[in-house]
Amino acid sequence: MNALPNFACPVPTSPAECMLLAHGEGGSLMRKFIAEHIVPRFGQASGESLDDATVLPLLAGQPVLTTDAFVVSPLFFPGGDIGTLAVYGTVNDLVVRGAEPLWLTLSMIIEEGFALALLDRVLDSIALAALRCRVSIVAGDTKVVPRGAADGLFLSTTGLGQLLDLAPSGAMTIESGDVLLVTGPVGRHGIAIMAAREEMNFDPAPTSDCGSLMESVAALRAAGVRPRAMRDATRGGVTAVLHEWARDCGRTLVIEEARVPVSPEVRGVCELLGLDPLSVANEGTMLVAVRAQDAEITLAALRSVGMSAQAARIGEVRERRSVPVVIKRALGREQPLIEPSGAPLPRIC
Amino acid sequence: MKYVDEFRDANTVDRLLDALRRRATRRWTIMEVCGGQTHSLLRYGIDEALADVIELIHGPGCPVCVTSAELIDNAMELAKLPDVVVITFGDMLRVPGQHGSLALARAAGARVRTVYSPLEALTFAEKNPQVQVVFFAVGFETTTPATALAVLQAERRNITNFSLLVAHVRVQPAMELLLQAADNRVQAFLAAGHVCAVVGYASYAELCRRYRVPVVVTGFEPVDLVTGLAACVEQLEAGRFDVENCYGRSVQAAGNLHATRLVDAVFEVCDRPWRGLGDLPSGGLRLREAWKHFDAEHRFPRSPLPILETTGCRSGDVLSGRIKPPQCSAFGSQCTPEHPLGAPMVSSEGACAAYFHYARTSCDTTASPATIECR
Repeated sequence: MNALPNFACPVPTSPAECMLLAHGEGGSLMRKFIAEHIVPRFGQASGESLDDATVLPLLAGQPVLTTDAFVVSPLFFPGGDIGTLAVYGTVNDLVVRGAEPLWLTLSMIIEEGFALALLDRVLDSIALAALRCRVSIVAGDTKVVPRGAADGLFLSTTGLGQLLDLAPSGAMTIESGDVLLVTGPVGRHGIAIMAAREEMNFDPAPTSDCGSLMESVAALRAAGVRPRAMRDATRGGVTAVLHEWARDCGRTLVIEEARVPVSPEVRGVCELLGLDPLSVANEGTMLVAVRAQDAEITLAALRSVGMSAQAARIGEVRERRSVPVVIKRALGREQPLIEPSGAPLPRIC
Repeated sequence: MKYVDEFRDANTVDRLLDALRRRATRRWTIMEVCGGQTHSLLRYGIDEALADVIELIHGPGCPVCVTSAELIDNAMELAKLPDVVVITFGDMLRVPGQHGSLALARAAGARVRTVYSPLEALTFAEKNPQVQVVFFAVGFETTTPATALAVLQAERRNITNFSLLVAHVRVQPAMELLLQAADNRVQAFLAAGHVCAVVGYASYAELCRRYRVPVVVTGFEPVDLVTGLAACVEQLEAGRFDVENCYGRSVQAAGNLHATRLVDAVFEVCDRPWRGLGDLPSGGLRLREAWKHFDAEHRFPRSPLPILETTGCRSGDVLSGRIKPPQCSAFGSQCTPEHPLGAPMVSSEGACAAYFHYARTSCDTTASPATIECR
């Protein structure tokens, strides 16, 4: 059979406007996609060789590993997007455990037809957030699924870091008399997502707190504080963390409603919609439990960093009472703080 | 925050509580009609603070709670139809009908969405002409104007894939029904402030006279609630039975005329079964004949589902004030917000949920919120 020198393959090889199934199928289109969109942002290690695995240098400290998936809707919201969430969320999981974050992997599940320009925006966000956190993206994967099999873009990141000195001793070590602090106003992420998703047009629009807690934790370390526990208060908000800690340490945690910082925007939306800011998600705000004698120095250290400038002491740990978490309401009455049974808002991260 | 903080001021509340206690010569029984008031009273511990002079009976003013199980089943069946999307308020999703809930139906593939306003449902219909959008319209007089507006706008914008499953209810007939009951103990009402903001309070004058019961229009913040309760006690002690407005910053005697005109244009009064209370004459609203083409029950006629046996839920007794939630044997054990047997445990305005969240248990007793004693 004679060759057909002028035969043109119907598969588009020119830059597509949107993601096609072929972008995830291992052929030339995928190679080109990685070469043009991934490697320039994340460097050679992220995909140039297309090896199945990356070999990393030996660590000085104990390795710390975490993984997370991101399905937020909408993908872009005031204060961040799915890309910043995917980096800061995983980085924060490492730093609150007392680790220095070093490497991330990045998996993308992309719906067929997703605009390449939007994907570029997300990849830019990921690159910038990774740069700020001084982490490298060292492995990744791209899958494109048929239209309708996913909602736009889902990400998953795995983070590897090494344990540093003064890492938290763990929620099991929380004792009566310990002090509870929060690093900033609560509920901002959940409310920002909800306002954006429902197109509520608040003015000013509530902004997510999506960001890295690295500097705040570094300030604690520099001040010589070894916390009992640190947790970023993501899904379930502050309430969920308090309940987890109460379970872990077998004591009762008591907080004062009036001491918990809440921004006027979040408070307004929560009042309007009947939500409790304590149970709304955060993405750059954590709870810290420290010994009472460390409380003041912890507060000062946190407040020296922009991300936690509004840190506040919100409560303390007591001997176990009949309920695990108690809240002192505005009029001074103590009530049980009930763990929410499900998220008030789905798909926030 | 203006209009919030000054009405939650602890010193003001304490002063009002003291004055009220001094004025009362005996213990009075007062019903707060609205579930929003129930939540505030329990959240701020006002029920406890006044327990020696006032017994609070929690009223049926939770629209989600009184929506009949049949209507919820109907909404689920509609959501299962091909090309139909049922849209409603978030609270409705987990309320059990007889055959499951909208949340379960959604998990099984039915199309259900939530909104904060019927106008959002209308916008969704406009953007998705390939589907039939049914708005499950739940609520007291507070929410009916927005539903009426959605119908009027649908007509004006010629949005034909939009219809309503109407579950709207009226609060005053329920108050009358409770007063007519042989075992009625209610001596005064806190009327629901937000309902009165729409419909006004002039119509209560007749009810006050006929049943010799004070009705005080009351807001939802601690200062509002204690002020309203104090006004009830003042009237009861003085032997007066008047309608009185203690929520002047939101409510005028005639209500919101623009809103009531919208409602009158679209809806008419009808009898409606209330969950827990039974058939209530004039207890609901339905679309007027001229708007029948927006009625989902008219557009998607179907045969009713079989009526199942009731569960152990005593929500009817709770909604009519006969028992307090902890007196129900299922409360906190078989029935929790996670696994609700009845609507009052689900809704953010439900009395059972209020007791579960703000249980009047001391945080130091060995009793769990589930087993607390009722006063």
